[in-house]
Amino acid sequence: MSEDLVNVEVDGVARQAKKGAMIIQVTDAHDAYVPRFCYHEKLPIAANCRMCLVEVEKAPKPMPACATPVAEGMKIFTKSPRALAAQKATMEFLLINHPLDCPICDQGGECELQDLAMGYGRDISRFVERKRVVKDKNIGPLVSTDMTRCIHCTRCVRFGQDVAGIQELGTTGRGEWMEIGTYIERSVDHELSANIIDLCPVGALNSKPFRFRARAWEMTQAPLISPHDGAGSNLYGHVLRGKLMRVVPRVNEAVNETWISDRDRFSYEGVYSADRLTTPMLREGREWRAVGWEAALEAAASGLKRAADSLGVLASPSSPVEELYLLNRLVRGLGSHNIDHRLRQGDFRDQHADPLFPSLGQPLASVDALDALLVIGSNLRHEIPILAHRVRKAARRGARVSFLNPARYEYLFPVANYLEVAPANQALELAAILGAALAGSGTAPPAGLAGLVRAARISDEHKAIAAQLAGGTQRAIWLGALAIRHPAYDDLRALAAALAVATGATLGVLAEGANAAGAYLAGAVPHRDAGGEVPSIPGLNARQMLEQPLSAYLLAGGVEPWLDSAFEQAAKSLAGAGFVVAATPYVTDALREVAHVLLPIGSFAETSGTYVNLEGRWQSVPGAARPVGESRPGWKVYRVLCNLLGIAGSEYQSSEEVRDELRRTCGEDLEAGPYRGAHAVAAAAEAARVVDVPMYQIDALVRRAPSLQRTRDGRAPAVTY
Amino acid sequence: MNLRSVFKTFLLWELLVGLSVTLRTLFRKKVTVNYPEEKTPQSPRFRGLHAQRRYPNGEERCIACKLCEAVCPALAITIESDIAADGTRRTTRYDIDLFKCIYCGFCEEACPVDAIVETRIHEYHMEHRGENIMTKDKLLAVGDRYEAMISADKAADAAWR
Repeated sequence: MSEDLVNVEVDGVARQAKKGAMIIQVTDAHDAYVPRFCYHEKLPIAANCRMCLVEVEKAPKPMPACATPVAEGMKIFTKSPRALAAQKATMEFLLINHPLDCPICDQGGECELQDLAMGYGRDISRFVERKRVVKDKNIGPLVSTDMTRCIHCTRCVRFGQDVAGIQELGTTGRGEWMEIGTYIERSVDHELSANIIDLCPVGALNSKPFRFRARAWEMTQAPLISPHDGAGSNLYGHVLRGKLMRVVPRVNEAVNETWISDRDRFSYEGVYSADRLTTPMLREGREWRAVGWEAALEAAASGLKRAADSLGVLASPSSPVEELYLLNRLVRGLGSHNIDHRLRQGDFRDQHADPLFPSLGQPLASVDALDALLVIGSNLRHEIPILAHRVRKAARRGARVSFLNPARYEYLFPVANYLEVAPANQALELAAILGAALAGSGTAPPAGLAGLVRAARISDEHKAIAAQLAGGTQRAIWLGALAIRHPAYDDLRALAAALAVATGATLGVLAEGANAAGAYLAGAVPHRDAGGEVPSIPGLNARQMLEQPLSAYLLAGGVEPWLDSAFEQAAKSLAGAGFVVAATPYVTDALREVAHVLLPIGSFAETSGTYVNLEGRWQSVPGAARPVGESRPGWKVYRVLCNLLGIAGSEYQSSEEVRDELRRTCGEDLEAGPYRGAHAVAAAAEAARVVDVPMYQIDALVRRAPSLQRTRDGRAPAVTY
Repeated sequence: MNLRSVFKTFLLWELLVGLSVTLRTLFRKKVTVNYPEEKTPQSPRFRGLHAQRRYPNGEERCIACKLCEAVCPALAITIESDIAADGTRRTTRYDIDLFKCIYCGFCEEACPVDAIVETRIHEYHMEHRGENIMTKDKLLAVGDRYEAMISADKAADAAWR
């Protein structure tokens, strides 16, 4: 027998358990259910609900299973008369102050207290005294409170302390007068804060946008993938009569564990925004006319055919790969390579050296085990909240995390070094870190970077960061969205790549959009065809397409270039084009100004599709809700356009067929591969502007989610550094 | 065939027995009623047309808990709910399809606030397509009109609940 195992007996059956494990972990592992409210496997132990009392032989009193470590020879009884009596007594105490308002409580039907009261509660109440009443708190537009229902398990408090990193909720008072609140009247603003809705075992904390809309038992559940960031968080969409009512997390330990960001949870409100496009529309002069699909598709196809190789496709980086692949086939079938999803990218000079797809360079789950990390140009908590949570876990474990950012963003974990550098000086600063790293190993800088490295002045801080990256087993350097939007992104990337080589760290790129990796693989970039094949002449990139007006554009997947791209002239360029087709779930006045044909397509919840996240994980979902009005899944619309344009081999019957063809094109083992460029950096950029797009403005869907817009982060304006 | 049955057959004995029943009934008290002028008595538990009730202050009772919708074996009830202007949980749609309804009374049993009830009204008809759907307004109108009868029936049945 190994040293760290102990022998215990659970309900009369001999079991082995890890030394130091709590009783409840052992009983859970062996399917001996113990009721609990405050215990949650992702949170620290509090042992304050007392529901998990079990009988332990020779112990004078029943022991809380969640806070009692197992010991050699321990005999545990989870269903003995004594254990059951203790559990039933606890349940009676918990129900003393719990109101009997299950019929109007949104938790009704999915309530842990309700479920356990069925098993452990009495059928009548012996309590005749007055019940406690607690005033409800207003903690912001996302989470509704009914504090009378609270049973003081403090899961929400521990979530704030331990997972979010900022204690926004706490307890005041003791015993019966204990209350959960924010101490002073304020909102709960953390980007993961709505997870307390799932944690709350009763109906005290619930979703405010979903309040009173539907019941748990009448909805059907369908898997979804987050359409906002590169983590690819796993979601469940809850659908009632074809309408998406709410979004909850789907547990996937390798991606999002049990958490999802507020953006993923509440962006579904945008699906049913008032400006949803419900029928195909054609422009006749200044007038718009609703037409049938056939007429609209014919008009779109004939216009695109006329444009042929002077067509430009601007695709959303959050579209499923099926849509992006069909768009790629469409535009290349017409003889052009002008397709791009990198709407906010600032620099394309070195794009030929791109790896197969933008990647984190390591699995998401291994981020927890990082020893050192340098993040360049990223407001990480806002860009990919789930990734920021994993970085926080690593930092709390002892990882040295440093930042090179244009502004000081708040991180809720210890940061080793924080370099606050204006965009224009970032390359020089990065060169200084590279210089320090090279000085440490005694090697010469790559030829193209030598000048800049010589020009850089190396401070102790640079040396410290270089030393952190060189030590430890797992190190990483990440380029965030603020680096990608930098006008000299390729300089930063070349320097970061050289630093990665010098220190042995992995290089990751946190590309924007839920499917940036998929977009590369599907060939939704001008310099790569599907599967990474390089065309002889690259097409125009997003910036070129918007800077030098083309004769026709196809705006795909709800792209609104005047908001989604970094180019202010976007609307003007589009207005100058002879023909603009927009395949979009939404229509705005700005879009009506420039477009000629509007094709309504389904949002992320209404179409089957596949998303490839930043670790290269392909995740397919079947689609959850019924498309609004006449809208159709995007892949069907593009498929028919391909057919009308006479592009051979586009007779797909299902989105799975499209995906499988792409997977065959891409080959079996997909490795992003390292950056192998030899980009020369002459001098630091003189003046560089980088826009920090607020987290609830990044795509068409979140911009239309009213509850998110009312949060503190939703009211924040865009900042230009 | 014995002698006894021969006599019975030729004397039309069975016919006389039958006619004697007719003769006796002729002088008994009648059990038929002249509907619709006359009606048979009804139990207070009679399950007829549905109604939605209000509290005496005019506030509608229904809190949109959807238990009736869940319990309905014929899936005749369709409810949509939302937050009302005063922050309470209310239905925005409450439809009962009378063609689907089997008048089992489960909705009434499930209701925690005695909002949905089945009245004693059994004389109703539809002339047009769509009239079989009892909307919330129609249900509340029935409830308002027959509240006296409903509360009397509830009171009469209270001792057995």
